[in-house]
Amino acid sequence: MIKTDALIIGAGPTGLFTAHQLKLIGLNCEIVDNLDKIGGQCIELYPDKPIYDIPAIPECTGEELTNNLIDQLKPFNIKFHLNERVEEVKKTKDEWEVKTNKGTEFITPNIIIAGGVGSFEPRKFAPKECEKFENISIFYSVKDKEIFKNKTISIFGGGDSALDWAIELSKNSKINLIHRRDEFRAAKLTVDKMNKLAKDGKINLFTKYQLKNVKGKENLESIEIENDDKQLKNLKTDFVLGFFGLIMQLGPIANWGLNLDKKTINVDTEKFETNQKGIYAVGDICTYPGKLKLILSGFHEGALAARGCFKLARPNEKYRFEFTTSSKTIKSRLGIKGD
Amino acid sequence: MAKITYIEHNGNSHTIDVANGLTVMEGAIQNDIPGIDADCGGSMACATCHVYVKQEWFDRINKKTEGEDDMLDQAYEPKKNSRLSCQISVSDEIDGLIINLPEKQV
Repeated sequence: MIKTDALIIGAGPTGLFTAHQLKLIGLNCEIVDNLDKIGGQCIELYPDKPIYDIPAIPECTGEELTNNLIDQLKPFNIKFHLNERVEEVKKTKDEWEVKTNKGTEFITPNIIIAGGVGSFEPRKFAPKECEKFENISIFYSVKDKEIFKNKTISIFGGGDSALDWAIELSKNSKINLIHRRDEFRAAKLTVDKMNKLAKDGKINLFTKYQLKNVKGKENLESIEIENDDKQLKNLKTDFVLGFFGLIMQLGPIANWGLNLDKKTINVDTEKFETNQKGIYAVGDICTYPGKLKLILSGFHEGALAARGCFKLARPNEKYRFEFTTSSKTIKSRLGIKGD
Repeated sequence: MAKITYIEHNGNSHTIDVANGLTVMEGAIQNDIPGIDADCGGSMACATCHVYVKQEWFDRINKKTEGEDDMLDQAYEPKKNSRLSCQISVSDEIDGLIINLPEKQV
């Protein structure tokens, strides 16, 4: 079991800056995130989109902002647990016991939820029958491409993931590529390559079609696709891959006994604490009168929540407010040699 | 100002006045209309304010913005008449607009 002063859930900009604030005041922390990389929505939803309202940064992209925040954390050795989702939060005597879906366990007096709009999960097919075949014949990501060898694969989607896999798997498998419209949002080079393979008969392309139904007993046998004019086509297929991007789900957070307002968590504005002592919420996921869903608000909320953690993490010490410009203690924590 | 009718998937209908300059998504969120999530807050970075607009209105509202179809690819059950409601602006010209909501957003 990992013991830490504070556990941060979410490695988006708010979670990252909150970690910085915790370390500055001498508390240690670890960060858990469901995604496979650091940056949250900034990296997953808009890495290339410019942001214009970060104080003192006239313009930067989601990716640049993330990289700068990671740079700012360099003096500190912070452990990230990526690809992990916090499942369970349990109160012990004075602390919280936290468990992830990979079985990592933490014991901590403070949990800071910086979870954005929840955890990212793949968008799934609409027809109910698909659930039965999920992880058997229907997948939303590729873990082992060997299982597809010499089989028929129906791939749905129009983005880079769908096209990249269609191209890659067409080397050793029969590929149906199905997309709801004629235009593809994947990179132009990839689209050209796919079109060439379609022309050469290596990929069977079906545009303006969507999945209507799936058929099979234990394993998938065929699928039915339908176009805008309600015309149906039946395709024999061994596997189905769906690439419709990611959606955000509040997930297990809803079961932790927190006061929720739709998909957000109610907090006070002194420590950004929830109705549970020692659990804080900051960034897009928290709500209070006047809440603005801005990155800069997340930074402010994280700074205050970090101070809120101090009392529970160091019950016998008194927190002293200090400036980074003048405090020798802070400078040493930042690894800056004395003057 | 425009009167906008939001019809939920189960048939429940809500007619409200929405001020000019807002989006159809903001009209729904500010009036607690169920069925529109708008997770990203209107930055066209998700597809959870997805709606259907019947043909007669589809041609009268503002055209799709660049990138909107890319996001609609990622919506729940997109159709030919799908739109992101955060990209439909409200003005006097669309008074009487009828919006149909999908079964769910996520």
